[in-house]
Amino acid sequence: MLWDIFWILAGVACIIAVVLGATSYLTWYERKVLGLIQVRKGPNIVGPFGLLQPVADGIKVLCKETIFPARAHVPLFIFAPVLTFFLALASWAVVPFDKGLVLADINVGVLYILALSSLSVYALIIAGWASNAKYPFLGALRAAAQMISYEVSIGLIFVCVLLFAGSLNLSRIVEAQKDGWFVFSLLFPMMILFFVAALAETNRSPFDLPEGESELVGGFNTEYSSMIFAMFFLGEYANMILVSAMISILFLGGWLAPFEGLSFIPGFVWFAAKIALCLFVFLWVRGTLPRYRYDQLMRIGWKFFLPVSLFWVVISATWVLWRGYGVG
Amino acid sequence: MIEAVIFYMFAFVLMAAAAACVSVRQPVLAVLSLILCFFNAAGLMVLLGAEFLAFVVLIVYVGAVAVLFLFVVMMLDVRAPAAEPKKRQRFLRPAFAVVTAILFLEILVVVFSSLSASDVAPVIEADFENTRLLGQVLYTDYIYPFQMAGLLLLVGMIGAMALTLTKRKEVKRQKLWDQLDRRAGEVLEVRSVKTGEGLL
Amino acid sequence: MAWDRALYRIKYILGLDMIAGLWITLRYVFKKPVTLNYPYEKGPLSPRFRGEHALRRYPDGTERCIACKLCEAVCPALAITIAAGQADNGARVALRYDIDMTKCINCGLCQEVCPVEAIVEGPNFEYATWSHEELIYDKARLLANGERWESLLAADLAAERKNA
Repeated sequence: MLWDIFWILAGVACIIAVVLGATSYLTWYERKVLGLIQVRKGPNIVGPFGLLQPVADGIKVLCKETIFPARAHVPLFIFAPVLTFFLALASWAVVPFDKGLVLADINVGVLYILALSSLSVYALIIAGWASNAKYPFLGALRAAAQMISYEVSIGLIFVCVLLFAGSLNLSRIVEAQKDGWFVFSLLFPMMILFFVAALAETNRSPFDLPEGESELVGGFNTEYSSMIFAMFFLGEYANMILVSAMISILFLGGWLAPFEGLSFIPGFVWFAAKIALCLFVFLWVRGTLPRYRYDQLMRIGWKFFLPVSLFWVVISATWVLWRGYGVG
Repeated sequence: MIEAVIFYMFAFVLMAAAAACVSVRQPVLAVLSLILCFFNAAGLMVLLGAEFLAFVVLIVYVGAVAVLFLFVVMMLDVRAPAAEPKKRQRFLRPAFAVVTAILFLEILVVVFSSLSASDVAPVIEADFENTRLLGQVLYTDYIYPFQMAGLLLLVGMIGAMALTLTKRKEVKRQKLWDQLDRRAGEVLEVRSVKTGEGLL
Repeated sequence: MAWDRALYRIKYILGLDMIAGLWITLRYVFKKPVTLNYPYEKGPLSPRFRGEHALRRYPDGTERCIACKLCEAVCPALAITIAAGQADNGARVALRYDIDMTKCINCGLCQEVCPVEAIVEGPNFEYATWSHEELIYDKARLLANGERWESLLAADLAAERKNA
């Protein structure tokens, strides 16, 4: 009994350590990739290849002064970044890193992820409202509308995958791809759609309108500084990794090796490699596309993504009725 | 033991949040406590073994409905309402009290009578997850009520649209397909203009 | 030409233009970076580069500045303050020559107008400080700059004369 609790806590500590490490190195990865795209070198001074840059950034941000706006609602102002950070970490509880390597192998893993991601919109709204200033408030309104809109499509895309996998359990969704990943099936367009909707859901460029610095200064995090800003920042990056992990699990076969012959490499290595690949696409898109206009964002959300994903649910259901679960 | 501790934690926060929701002056804080309420209710559902329902409550109520509440309330004037209620509200108070008392009595009756949850709906022992079971029940035994509920929601949605949809003439909208149909060769002409002659 | 319009629309719906853009940036990833590792590598500077100010001396060590105050008059930012006086040998010299570097806009008009090539803007641009006070230069500081950069300053001026 006591040992059970100890092992759970040890697992939690492990996941937090891994996710935090990955998150801080994602900032390095992003700066490197953006540098390469812009024919620059990226960080290369602190440590070999700039590998100690995240450490330096962390120390810098810890040493800074936290500023509370005079008319802010301070408890909520602090609560918002804590909530983002908490949700970004909590979602990892159900992610299977390898066969059987998962903290909570619950039956409704997909719903758990969806529920937590729908909660994360509150952090942005609360941040915008508690700052008591116009730019954060406008950013919060944009975030709310944008994230709700895209959550609908994401839910429907989940439904398509669930129809193919026949389960809401993430491990079993991966197992269902034993004979062929879901990318190489009818679900390929859904992967593209999921990726784009994920860009909107994580407020990443080209859909980073809630923080659009060209018109809203910094959006919902305009008034944030120091450690509480860092929590927002890390939360956003942890969410990016989470979404990449979801793409890997739902479409790229999670921990499965691409060929049978390559299965001597441990599963979590494959999983990490797939996440890194997805993250590269995130950064690549950021380095390429300009920011969308807000009405265009809403239009493709409601008039393109929603009908297409709804239609695809019907198609997937038909396919599954005809050929049964899985790709084969 | 742990389960009991978690239950009382959720229950206590739930009650506290519910009390805060009706007693807090600041509307936004009231909505936030309502959301906390929903969240803890979902936690209780997980303890009951209804994890599908719990997460659906989180996704639908917390993730969508309450966001819209918050959206609207945030746009209101943030100052707390005046302490002195208007005459009409004072008249309505007893009515509210009566309705609340009736609802509360109903709950008491359910709790203290021999009526238990298993009398209302049979508990089905099954070795598969309750998502599948829920789907099976909804699409077989309760297909008509389920479709009816969907239809009601559709009617509500269309009604809301019909009430609020207005085409404003003065707003210029993007004509996407017209833009895509334009070709440089059809709308642009390159001419060389001689100095002092101008374009005529 | 309806089919070509339809083709454009399909191209738009499939986002082919975006993919073209992504292809371009992907190719740039494999190009050689153009980065200069700044504190270790520096780009070339023109002889006309207008950096930190310096007051020069004649080769025999006497100050060039004759306190004519042309630079003070021409300075558009009113950054220069000069007080004229007499040296022991009766020559007219500047008793004070202050430049507020936080006002200076590095326009180079002072060196343009100087009749004796005393005030010049040198090649040094790394003179950031921790405080405002340190950026208010007095005559001693400017003369020290002149001594430190003299070889480069003389070379720049010589190059300029050859071009003229």
